[in-house]
Amino acid sequence: MSGVLLTGVSGWAFVIFAVMALGAAVAVVVAKNPVHSALFLLGSFLVVAGIFFLLQAEFPGAVQILVYAGGIMVLFLFVIMLVHQRTVKEAKTFQHQWDVALVLGPIFVLPFLYILWTEKFADVAEKPGALRTVGSRLMGNTQAIAYLLYRDYLLPFEVASVLLLVAMIGAVVLGKRSSEKMD
Amino acid sequence: MTITINHFLVVSFLLFAIGFFGVLVRRNFLTLLMSIELMLNAVNLNLIAFSRRLSDLTGQVFSIFVITIAAGEAAIGLALTISLFRQRRTLNVEEADALKG
Repeated sequence: MSGVLLTGVSGWAFVIFAVMALGAAVAVVVAKNPVHSALFLLGSFLVVAGIFFLLQAEFPGAVQILVYAGGIMVLFLFVIMLVHQRTVKEAKTFQHQWDVALVLGPIFVLPFLYILWTEKFADVAEKPGALRTVGSRLMGNTQAIAYLLYRDYLLPFEVASVLLLVAMIGAVVLGKRSSEKMD
Repeated sequence: MTITINHFLVVSFLLFAIGFFGVLVRRNFLTLLMSIELMLNAVNLNLIAFSRRLSDLTGQVFSIFVITIAAGEAAIGLALTISLFRQRRTLNVEEADALKG
């Protein structure tokens, strides 16, 4: 039957990974110490990368580990170190409206449940090896994505690099001390 | 254990909801940024799951761009954190409530 993505051992692996990812996400939101939050977020990223590998998305899984776990989390930990406050002035973790948020939050679950119950997703027949194929040539997942990135999606690729350049310049400018006077 | 697309939808929605709750409720600005990264991660999971479901590589290319944008946004957010800390000596978002420069 179509619509089944994983069976057997991969199915159980997905269940284990999903439980770990959700547990780590809850720990990120609930932990008092931001270093603990950062480490749990790192664990969540690694586990979701594992789920990507289960879904035959090897290149996005590797990019997730390299960029998110290896880049962004290191940046977070550096900034936590830079703005470390020796005394914890307030013992409260959550803002004062946390109970209102907890009550109003589940309202968003209702439209989602409706979609889950009634939406019939397109019954597309599964093409084996489709995530490794470009135009009926079988290659690796990375090569197939490279074909797409450098031919069909070349413009978004270049725009993304310009955006990263702008973000880098912006981060440097924002991080400078404001007490310098320009002559 | 048979996993269908619905399981992936539920997991990605729950991840998104946890991150959403974290953005609304956390005091520490750094943890707020981390919750935003959680939400982006949930969206990526959704994209990759549908890419596998529809046998289409577009979802994976999209998710690579999402990761790129998330990296840029994390860098800017962290620079803003440092700037906020220099101005107010606090990371508490409830104390950053004046629009005065």
